[in-house]
Amino acid sequence: MAGPTVKPPRVATGALLREFMVPVVSVAIAILISSVIILLAGFDPIAAFAAMLKGSFGGGRQIGETMLRATPLMFTGLAVAYGFRAGLFNIGAEGQLFMGGLSAAFLGIALAGMPRPLNIVLMIVAGAAIGAAWAFIPALLKAKVGAHEVITTMMFTFIGRYLVSWLVTGPLRADGQIPQTERLPVESTLPRMHEVLPFLAQSRAHLGFVVGVLLALFIWWVLKYTSLGYESRAVGFNPWASETGGISVPATTIKALCISGALAGLAGVTEVMGVHLRLFDQFSAGFGFTGIAVALLAKNNPIGVIAAAILFGALSAGAGTMQLEAEVPAKVIFIIQALIIFLVAAEQLARWVIRKGGRQEVEHAG
Amino acid sequence: MATPLIELREVTKRFPGVLANDRVSLSLHPGEIVALLGENGAGKSTLMNVVYGLLDADGGEILVDGSPMHIRSPRHAIDLGIGMVHQHFMLVPPLTVTENIVLGNEPTRAGAIDFRAAREAVREISRRYGLAVDPDAVVRDLPVGTQQRVEILKALYRGARVLILDEPTAVLTPQEVRELFAVVRSLVAEGLSVVFITHKLEEVMSVADRVVVMRDGRVVGETRPADTDTAGLARMMVGREVIFRVEKKPATCGDTVLEIDDLHVLDERKLEAVRGVSFSICAGEVVALAGVSGNGQTELVEALTGLRKVKSGSMRLKGTDITHAHARETIEAGLSHVPEDRHRRGLVLEFDLMENTILGDHRLKPFASHGVLDFRSIAEVTRRRIADYDVRTPSEKVKASALSGGNQQKLVLARELGRDPDLLVAAQPTRGLDVGAIEFVHNQILAERDRGKAVLLISLELEEVQTLADRILVIFEGRIVREFAAGEASDEELGYYMTGAGGDKLAETIEEVGADDGRTDG
Repeated sequence: MAGPTVKPPRVATGALLREFMVPVVSVAIAILISSVIILLAGFDPIAAFAAMLKGSFGGGRQIGETMLRATPLMFTGLAVAYGFRAGLFNIGAEGQLFMGGLSAAFLGIALAGMPRPLNIVLMIVAGAAIGAAWAFIPALLKAKVGAHEVITTMMFTFIGRYLVSWLVTGPLRADGQIPQTERLPVESTLPRMHEVLPFLAQSRAHLGFVVGVLLALFIWWVLKYTSLGYESRAVGFNPWASETGGISVPATTIKALCISGALAGLAGVTEVMGVHLRLFDQFSAGFGFTGIAVALLAKNNPIGVIAAAILFGALSAGAGTMQLEAEVPAKVIFIIQALIIFLVAAEQLARWVIRKGGRQEVEHAG
Repeated sequence: MATPLIELREVTKRFPGVLANDRVSLSLHPGEIVALLGENGAGKSTLMNVVYGLLDADGGEILVDGSPMHIRSPRHAIDLGIGMVHQHFMLVPPLTVTENIVLGNEPTRAGAIDFRAAREAVREISRRYGLAVDPDAVVRDLPVGTQQRVEILKALYRGARVLILDEPTAVLTPQEVRELFAVVRSLVAEGLSVVFITHKLEEVMSVADRVVVMRDGRVVGETRPADTDTAGLARMMVGREVIFRVEKKPATCGDTVLEIDDLHVLDERKLEAVRGVSFSICAGEVVALAGVSGNGQTELVEALTGLRKVKSGSMRLKGTDITHAHARETIEAGLSHVPEDRHRRGLVLEFDLMENTILGDHRLKPFASHGVLDFRSIAEVTRRRIADYDVRTPSEKVKASALSGGNQQKLVLARELGRDPDLLVAAQPTRGLDVGAIEFVHNQILAERDRGKAVLLISLELEEVQTLADRILVIFEGRIVREFAAGEASDEELGYYMTGAGGDKLAETIEEVGADDGRTDG
């Protein structure tokens, strides 16, 4: 069946490794360039990164803090990655996140006095549903009239954000000086991780991290092993062939963008239920947008999203220690983040470095 | 003999798992046309991409004007006087002809592009080589043949002495092919050398001075058209005898499978492309729709396969009304579709062979149950089809984009026929394929017919129509203008009706079609 020149494939593992190498090398180059910048600014890069490492992984509390900061990025990263897989750029994850947070803040109070496991499940489901609903209108517009999702999801982000702004300063405002909602009762919050893993000390890491990791694995499975994921990827790669194969492109688009919205909604839910325990105007530090960078770094691979989110979480967790101990301004982490994004986008550069390094190996593989 | 312009010595190129070029030696002299002949995947394009600096050779050397050269990039190749026109054009559609030609090499005056000088330069080259083209036309609006001419002009503008044409006729109409040949001859008369990559035997016979035949990455022979014939070339290329006429039993017409009644379909511009087409196909019959491209065939096929809305009329498949069915419903009703454009509609190139195999059946058993894909049975079915349809691939896990055109088409056929349809709609099923693959596809289509299936064949190739059809419908401007039984009409007659049967067009048509006629007997 195979021709004489066709040899058994040795590409599979090599290709996988190379796929994985690009982000890793990009991160390495970003750290290298940042070191030079830190050096030029008159600081010691080694001390800076040592301090950052200490601040992010130096002990139980630090690891917990990294997990805490990685959690929302995992959800938004997954959201953006799922969209990209279906050929959709959900730039509005931030808005869906706000709506998820709103639903948690509202339901958490409404469900006061009910059993905790029930509340957790209900609030998660509701948050995902409202995130999906927030993406549904842009999805419908995309499917029916071709309105571009970058514009529409962005517009819905503004609507969502200012809706929350108004609600926390008006109808849902709790008594007190600060415009914020009432604090959730304990039965409407996510348990802290250190209750199960004492070594995480008193960190604020919460169950959301575990939910995020499990969800990433689940989404990976959905994309690869279900008809739904298959259709999403098919439409993302080639809508014409998908259509010819009987896949409804509009229906798949709607489903994919809603799934993306649901995932982003969960970021808001877990931030409210696990971290702030209430809703206020600034409860998200742009997690929806950082999620884009996380998805890019992960090359839209859900498993990769876990790693990318932890990296970004670690950068953010370690920034304070870096400023404190090495006296390097914490803003440097934004430079590193920007460089990583830039380098991943400019993937060719990383590929070139890999090729130069791996030339000998490639020649053997032939 | 004089020093060759280009000489390849034992050039070797490997891809993971494939030896694409195995110690290939080749020389090109000034003023000659060398045809590089071989099946899809024989390594022709790879070899020329090495010469053009797009790929790095793993071994061997390239000599330009007698001195060894490492051609690092296309820019370097251009500097050495080597130009290449790819199968897929590298033009910028919204720009004008002139802008495209000077792109990357713009004449400037005081820092600004000197459009007047550019236009003059384009006119001059176009005049010198007899390549008529309007320098101010926007490329997007030009027919494919003219776009190709722009590509050639671009290479000439940059001072090409060697022109590599990669499957230049794949996208052309017969008329455009003749024009291209005339252009190639005039270029050679001006002292250029041309490498002509192809798998079409008649082209080699009519245009080449010398033929180099490749198979499985190696040069297997070299000859001159005068010393051989198409059968001889085919034997060298495929490595065995090729039967051009597929043996065919007379059709046995069973129950009516497809019934189309007074169908009207609009095109993108809301103009009526199909204007009242009616016909039926019975089980065990191949009906061919013959016509010149753009006479409503594409719209008819899209309407039939659920990809385009029907304006009026009706279609029934085995009694089921499919007039307004979606693609999925037509598949469920028993229709299989080999699309005209396999890269756009037939395959998801980024998917592996397994994922491509289940496209359309990805929600059905045995590939999926309760929405979960069963990769064990998917792999099993894929492997079986790869074997049954002779798809040449290292494994079922490679991406479809890694296969050659012929193997991609076999994969599409494997999927569509593997579904065991009642009706096969095959649009241009052998476009761009080499003789070996064409023979295979033709045999599969006839085997399907002999199993009692109905087949609708849409083809621009008269030879294909004549070979396969039990009944021929000639379509012109959205209407079926004539029906013939198999063997009833000559190519000339078909051509006459295909072009609208205009009185003064008749003689021309007969002449044109007649010129192509020799190929069938080879």
